Amino acid sequence: MTQVINQDRRQALKAGSATAIFGMFVAAGLVKPSAALAQAAGWNQAAFAAKGVDVTVKALGGASPAQTKDMSWGSTPEIAENGAVVPVTVVSKLPKTESIALLVEKNPNTLSAVFTLPAGTDPNIATRLKLAETSNVYALIKADGKYYVAQREIKVTLGGCGG
Amino acid sequence: MADPMKIRAKMEGDKTVVRVLMSHEMETGQRKDSAGKIIPAHFITEVTATCNGKTVLSAQWGTSISKNPYLQFQFSGAKAGDKISINWVDNGGDKRSDEATIAA
Repeated sequence: MTQVINQDRRQALKAGSATAIFGMFVAAGLVKPSAALAQAAGWNQAAFAAKGVDVTVKALGGASPAQTKDMSWGSTPEIAENGAVVPVTVVSKLPKTESIALLVEKNPNTLSAVFTLPAGTDPNIATRLKLAETSNVYALIKADGKYYVAQREIKVTLGGCGG
Repeated sequence: MADPMKIRAKMEGDKTVVRVLMSHEMETGQRKDSAGKIIPAHFITEVTATCNGKTVLSAQWGTSISKNPYLQFQFSGAKAGDKISINWVDNGGDKRSDEATIAA
């Protein structure tokens, strides 16, 4: 009999603490959304799970970023033959660039990467992305506390997420 | 433990240009195997580069980084002969750390 009671109590405690922790996350997200990106430690699960450009930008803390032309796509191609390996280069010319995020509009999960650049590191990043299909690729640049966005369409002749 | 990374670090003027090639499957969690079961996602979530005890780059990655990820970046404040170390952690808790000497 006591066994049964204990079990119930245990489950109730478990459920309670899980809710509390979840609540803390939500509260932290609502109060200081920009802190999530600034914290290098801890993977930003909410942002990486987000679908759609607007939702992802919000999850990263950058509501309605300004369009910018003060950046270049380096040697990023306009047409990629293989969507599984698309070289993407982002060079920001905005002063005090703090972070660069790469978003692919038509991928199942929009966010690809967030690079945090400490002082002394150039805002010049190159990597390779997977593109499910022809899509707009966005660079969300945080500079001097403000968010800027630039986009480019990359055409893919062979999808990157097929079996 | 995953295979070692290939790290090339080279001085170009007063900047250090770092190129890294990691060895990782970067499974998206979208693909299915021949039996129709979804292959679970397995990908690098965090990458950190340090030089002389200072973090020079940190990154969070999602599943849409290509297999065997390539990364290039550059920073100032280091000189030839300094060591640069790159760390990554994946969503399975696996990690890898490699070091390279900056070439002139």
